[in-house]
Formats: sequence, structure tokens, C-alpha cells
Amino acid sequence: MTELSLHRGISVHRIGAMILRYWYLLMSSWPRLLELLYWPALQVITWGFLQLYIAENANFFARAGGTLIGAVILWDILFRGQLGFSISFLEEMWARNIGNLMMSPLRPIEFLLSLMVMSLIRLAIGIIPMTLLALVMFHFNVYALGLPLIAFFCNLIFTSWSVGIFVSGLVLRNGLGAESIVWTLMFAILPLACVYYPVSVLPVWLQYVAWALPPTYAFEGMRALLIENTFRADLMLDALAINAALLVASFAAFLALLRSAKRNGSLLSGGE
Amino acid sequence: MTENDKASSRPTVAERSASAAITVEHLVKVYKQTRAVDDISFSLPRGSITGLLGGNGAGKTTTIAMIMGLVLPTSGRVQVLGHRMPAESAAVLGRMNFESPYVDMPMRLTVRQNLTVFGKLYAVKHLAGRIAELADDLDLTEFIDRANGKLSAGQKTRVALAKALINQPELLLLDEPTASLDPDTADWVRAHLERYRKENNATILLASHNMLEVERLCDRVIIMKRGRIEDDDTPEAIMARYNRTTLEEVFLDVARGRVNGVKEAAR
Repeated sequence: MTELSLHRGISVHRIGAMILRYWYLLMSSWPRLLELLYWPALQVITWGFLQLYIAENANFFARAGGTLIGAVILWDILFRGQLGFSISFLEEMWARNIGNLMMSPLRPIEFLLSLMVMSLIRLAIGIIPMTLLALVMFHFNVYALGLPLIAFFCNLIFTSWSVGIFVSGLVLRNGLGAESIVWTLMFAILPLACVYYPVSVLPVWLQYVAWALPPTYAFEGMRALLIENTFRADLMLDALAINAALLVASFAAFLALLRSAKRNGSLLSGGE
Repeated sequence: MTENDKASSRPTVAERSASAAITVEHLVKVYKQTRAVDDISFSLPRGSITGLLGGNGAGKTTTIAMIMGLVLPTSGRVQVLGHRMPAESAAVLGRMNFESPYVDMPMRLTVRQNLTVFGKLYAVKHLAGRIAELADDLDLTEFIDRANGKLSAGQKTRVALAKALINQPELLLLDEPTASLDPDTADWVRAHLERYRKENNATILLASHNMLEVERLCDRVIIMKRGRIEDDDTPEAIMARYNRTTLEEVFLDVARGRVNGVKEAAR
């Protein structure tokens, strides 16, 4: 797999080949498919009932109907987006196939683009039934958010890809010993991205950190929409700008880690 | 013809590099304190089969990995099919391929699915036909729709070889290509590699511990020890030099530091 590919042309056929590879894999195992549905469904049911309980007992939540369940759905877009990206990458590490790919004409940018497409496919399999479940069981229609939902979705998915690209580079460099980072890094963002509460709850110094994270803008934007019926386009544009910088930085980090892996001989071992 | 005329008719280093399949110059790889490859140089002409011999830790795999661009050298130069590696790897990766025990094919995919994915990555034209041809050549038809993880070691090796040949590479790098095959299948694979080289004028570099395989297949042998090249010649010339009748005896002499059966230190 060659470096510095952006200016040399990207092959749609090679990206298609990788998507086909992951599609074959997904279709070869019903437990994998089931797992994509299982956790999001469990999340929405648990938090949906909690929201119902709070709404019956607290005036604010009764007024701000859907903020909790909406936050759960948006958090799942962020979290499962990254997992969908990273699991496809880990499949190559687990299968000891990464050497075959690195030695093929596939370029890093093409590899990463195929992982992005797979994260969307895996996300769709998990999230669409989740949103329908929220609609049927808790009468929360996330699609009623309309066009702002697209802005929230794009910002969250871009962040999930940035994190996915960066942790994939770490695993490439350090082998499967670094696999736990894939599963845990996003949870470090959870309290700072203010998924379930407004940024104003945080101490002032921590608010600066929170506003450096694009998901914070999406969750604040969602609350503004559900509680105040206001779409904060300014928040979305700020988030988009930070996301663009994050994507470029994560891709640069991935290339640097790939180069370090080649210097270190990690691509031959791949293990711990 | 004067000496000057002779000199001018000889190919220059640049010309030799351009016509060679692989040129390695003063290649060094250091991992922390270990010199895995220590200043080696060689050049392989197109259409040749060369065996890379050496015990465990001799530096064979690291050398092949540097040629492939999977490992970056500490210093030195590698040129493959006229292009510098890894800087110009985009120009050559589609024209070469490899098989190694350090990588596997995805286990859950069937043989056909695996070959389809790699065929598409290598932009193979008439892919279905090429897969059918390989299935026929390498006797994969019986299990072509079986998951790779459910195959025997020998079957997996044949599938890996099919993947290595999917793009009809000009350069084939093989690390222990017949390690897990029974003698009959191994012999058959060797015959296939010989035929492939002849029909395609392909260059093959293979690392092997099987001396009979190297004797049969290779027109040149490079023996490595502790990261350095101990000897580099035709199998016959090397056996004559060590006064041995088989490469296995030569291998043991090199591994144990003997010359003509006598330990170097005792001479």
C-alpha cells in the first residue's frame, strides 16, 4: 500500500473491492449481523424507559421531551460510527490479512475510504431499526428533526471517522496489544462532549475543552432544537470546521504511524 | 578491442539496475540493538529463480519484507522492476505479488470470494476466467466455494499461491512456499512454479529451508547468516566450493561455521 496517494488518483474499483470483502464477511456470519442490531436496540429501550419515568416526575424533562432519547441516538451514531470503521479495520488484523493489503496496489486513502463506507453500512443496519423502535415504543421520531438531523449526523460521523482513523494507525503501529484503545477511546469523549447535559454544567475551564470537540456542538444543537425549537446553524458550521481539521490531522497521524510501523517491522508481526 | 572499448560496452550500474528485476545495494536494517540485515547487495536478472537460504534469524524475511516495502531499511537502496522502493511502489505493486507464512487469507471468506477481492484489487481483467484457470491449475475446484478457514494447511497454501499468481506477476516473492505441503503436492507446486517462470519470463525470489527444492528450482542461491551474505552463486558452484554433494550439507557447514567439514575456528 503506497503512501501519499491523494494526488495520484483514487481507484473506485479498489475501494469497491474492499467494500465487497467486508460485505462478504458481514453476510457470512449472522451473529455479526445480529450484534449490529442488538446493542443499539438495548440502548434505546433502556434510555427510553428512563426518559418516560423522568418525564412523569420532572417538569423540565416533560417540556424537553425526547432530549434523552435523542441524545442516545446521536451518541450511538458517534460511537457505532467509529466502531463500524474500526471493527472492519480490526478484521484485517485478526485475519492477519494486513500484509496482503499493504503489498497490493491498494492505497491508504482508498483503504480508509472503504472503511468509511463500511461504517455507514454497519451504522445503517444498527441505527435505522433503533430509530424505528424509538418511534414505536416511545413516540420519539428522530426524523422529525428534519434537515438539522443531517447536520448533526454529518458532524458526528466525521468525528467518528477521525477517531477511527487515528486508533487504526495506533493498532497498525503497536499491534493488537493496542486493540483496547479501539473500544475505549470514544468513552473518554463521552463526559466532555456533553451528551446528556448542557455544556454550562461543566466547570468553566473544562468548557473550553468541550467546545474543542465537534460532537459537543451536535448535542448542544439537538437540545436547542428540542427545547427552544431553534436550529443553531452557527454551531454546526463551527463543528464542521473543527471536523475538517480533525480529519486532516487524523489522516496525517495515520500515515506517520504507518511509516513508523514499517520502520519498526510491526506489519510483519501484527500481534501483541 | 581496447580496455576502454570493453569498459564502455559493459552495462553501467544504472543500466544493470534498469534491466534487473531486483537490485539491492548496501541494505541495512537495524532493530534497536539488532542488525537484522547487515550491508547486503545483490542484483537479480529478470526471468531468474533465486533461492534465499539461511537459518532462523539469518535475515531472509526482513530482506524480502524490505524488497516488498513492508519494512523500511535503515540505510541502503532497493530497486524493483526499475523503480525505487518504497518511494515508487505505486508503479510496481500491481506487477508483483507474494506469499508468506506471516500473512493469511481471510478465513470466513470462501476461496472464490478471496480470489475475487484480490483480483479486483489487482485490476485483473476477465477475473472469473482467471479464477477458473487458477482453480484448474492449482486443483482448487473441489473446495473453491468453501470458507478458507475450513481448508487443510496444504489447501490453504495452494490458495495463497493462487492469490500470489492472480495478477500474473512479473516478480514473485515466496517465503517457504511448500512448507506445509505433502511431498507429492509440493513437487507439483514446484513444477507449476517452474512452468510459470518459463511461460511468463517471471522472476522468482524464494526463501526456503527445503534444500532439495532450492537445488531443483533455483539457478542461483544466496546464503545468509546473521544478516550478511555468506555466499552467492549457482547451486553447483557453491556445492563445489564447499566440496559437498548437496546444498543441505553446505547449509549445515555454513550454519555451524565449518569449511569442508572442518570448524573454521579449528583450522
